[in-house]
Amino acid sequence: MSEQGETGAQVTGAQSLIKSLESAGVENIFGIPGGAILPAYDPLFDSKIRHILVRHEQGAGHAAQGYAAATGKVGVCMATSGPGATNLVTPIADAHMDSLPMVAVTGQVGAAQIGTDAFQEADIRGITMPITKHNFLVTDPAQIPQTVAEAFHIASTGRPGPVLVDVAKSALQAMTTFRWPTELNLPGYRPVTRPHSKQIREASKLILEARRPVLYVGGGVIRSRAAKELRVLAESTGMPVVTTLMARGAFPDSHVQHLGMPGMHGTVAAVAGLQKSDLIISLGARFDDRVTGNLDSFAPGAKVIHADIDPAEIGKNRFADVPIVGDAREVIADLIIALNAEAEKGNRGDYEAWVAFLAGIKKQYPLAYDTPPNGALSPQYVLERLGHIAGPEAIYCAGVGQHQMWAAHFVGYENPNTWINSGGLGTMGFSVPAAMGAKVGMPDSTVWSIDGDGCFQMTNQELATCAINDIPIKVAIINNESLGMVRQWQTLFYNERYSNTDLHSKRIPDFVKLADAYGCVGLACESPDEVDATIEKAMSINDQPVVVDFRVHRDAMVWPMVAAGTSNDEIKYARDLAPQFDEDDL
Amino acid sequence: MTKHTLSVLVENKPGVLARIAGLFSRRGFNIDSLAVGPTESPDVSRMTIVVSVDESPLEQVTKQLNKLVEVIKIVELDPSASISRELLLVKVRADAETRGQVIDAVQLFKAKVIDVATDALTIQVTGNVDKLTDFLRVLEPFGVREIVQSGMVAIGRGSRSISERNLRPVAVPAPPPAV
Repeated sequence: MSEQGETGAQVTGAQSLIKSLESAGVENIFGIPGGAILPAYDPLFDSKIRHILVRHEQGAGHAAQGYAAATGKVGVCMATSGPGATNLVTPIADAHMDSLPMVAVTGQVGAAQIGTDAFQEADIRGITMPITKHNFLVTDPAQIPQTVAEAFHIASTGRPGPVLVDVAKSALQAMTTFRWPTELNLPGYRPVTRPHSKQIREASKLILEARRPVLYVGGGVIRSRAAKELRVLAESTGMPVVTTLMARGAFPDSHVQHLGMPGMHGTVAAVAGLQKSDLIISLGARFDDRVTGNLDSFAPGAKVIHADIDPAEIGKNRFADVPIVGDAREVIADLIIALNAEAEKGNRGDYEAWVAFLAGIKKQYPLAYDTPPNGALSPQYVLERLGHIAGPEAIYCAGVGQHQMWAAHFVGYENPNTWINSGGLGTMGFSVPAAMGAKVGMPDSTVWSIDGDGCFQMTNQELATCAINDIPIKVAIINNESLGMVRQWQTLFYNERYSNTDLHSKRIPDFVKLADAYGCVGLACESPDEVDATIEKAMSINDQPVVVDFRVHRDAMVWPMVAAGTSNDEIKYARDLAPQFDEDDL
Repeated sequence: MTKHTLSVLVENKPGVLARIAGLFSRRGFNIDSLAVGPTESPDVSRMTIVVSVDESPLEQVTKQLNKLVEVIKIVELDPSASISRELLLVKVRADAETRGQVIDAVQLFKAKVIDVATDALTIQVTGNVDKLTDFLRVLEPFGVREIVQSGMVAIGRGSRSISERNLRPVAVPAPPPAV
């Protein structure tokens, strides 16, 4: 771009848009051009921004999410009007549920045509109002820099989220001046990040009084990059920790104080840790129904300290005795200071009996699985080995379903931003494009997509994008030839009537051939003794994407499990096996 | 459930009404009445929203409203410390025989006849909900042919204003660093 642009010379709206994206610090965009956005693709051709041409806009959106989740930076995707924009709806909704910073730029029909049912017209601003943090329709080219600056600010601050910028083609084509704004005009947007000191004092008091406290850690701790602070807080107080599906990696799985993941498929220790607690310290978590089960019977004896950057989450599902509005990192840092000051005065919490009780449960009910009969391959074993061989520095992106739960449990996470999945929306097909985005953001990290055979068939076209653009991700398909989680529910709740869950994916398609057709290396593995060698082979290939078809036992189920809508007290460790809690120990 | 009156200051931008209406609808809250209009500042519009909810969902709806970027401020108006008004236009049957009685009612309620036809009167009346309900009850025997009613507008008593200027701009932050 010419130097004149900075000083306000005449440029097209399209040039202004690309210069604005550059000024906002954008390095990578995932997208597909089309009629209405076409003017922007011309200056993009000359820009230092890398544009990655995907095969489906949904892939662009999930890639932007994966990029954002791995790097903490704003992910950017771009699409044309109408179907291009509506194909972004799923990733936008996903980013909204999982609080990922994302900016989606879409072309819109010319301003004069808006509202006329023009070719490829869709009211994407109206469509995405409920699933964006905020969105804009720009028809005046002079507003482009201001809007882009505001979009990035909104997406990346406070509780992060997706922002959509819809730009009319007429605005892209018109002449305007480019001037990057020095001020934002957002009178209604003032996120609170500093926690109130009075609330911190109240929280410290409850923490010291409690006998059975637990740190309930959610995705907010990942987004606010508070893993280090969390570790200090946990270790200085000795409080046990549970990490939700969105927070896996925020606290090392190998840590003795870690009880694992709570919720519908949580570990017995994590579920008990919340359920029997007398004080839940919620950090960037939102008491989601998959964590609480039946809300009325959730942790009946617990008081709640609820810290969240979004005031609307506090008290939404569960009453908060001590509400704290603030950024998780700042809240944790302030709690450390307050509790250290108390410790110096000799005031420390007494959690000895509680910690011993939970250690007993953790020992009695560890994560485990049955070895399938006849030497068949167990999916949990595959993920255990994958985690062991690829190690805790690798990034793992999962789809949604059984493989996601096994990946959450068995890989083993030690670092934040290494576990990326679709938690809130539960979007099948998330994994491959998210892994692509993560790899673009973190090119030096090994990135594994852990996918189900159902999920994989929803978005695997992005393997072409990966192969062509030198994005060597690795894909582990946990192929149980069915929509496994749905099948599990049919096994448990629908008398084993397997209505429309059989995908026949061990027969069609041939995933090895499919990988080959996409310019990737395809591998298959069917028996436990081939697992290590296959993973090591995949790990040795770094110049091409690799797809491994792990052909696993189809009847494996995800345990533990709390049936939907029931109390967490009803957790089953395995089918027909409820854990016994000896509460006299407490 | 109790009725609550929210005064909401919003940026005067296209689509803001859709955002607010959509939020109420998707979070399962019913709007009893909604009125939007300009304020003393051209950049700011004011909505008066009446909702029937309990205390705890009211807190949730207020927090969700506050999250909308274009919402600047929300104040719940306490009925005892505020004044609320609605406007009602009503077309009532009134021939030579009954016109006098209708006009008596108009005077009693400090209403106003704004249009006259041979067999009908159109009447304008302002007041709070109770007054308008009473007025309609009095008119009913004559034959109410058509009514149109505004949403409620409300304002706090005393000299304090809720629409203090709060439009300070924020500096554009530098692009975020890598992890």
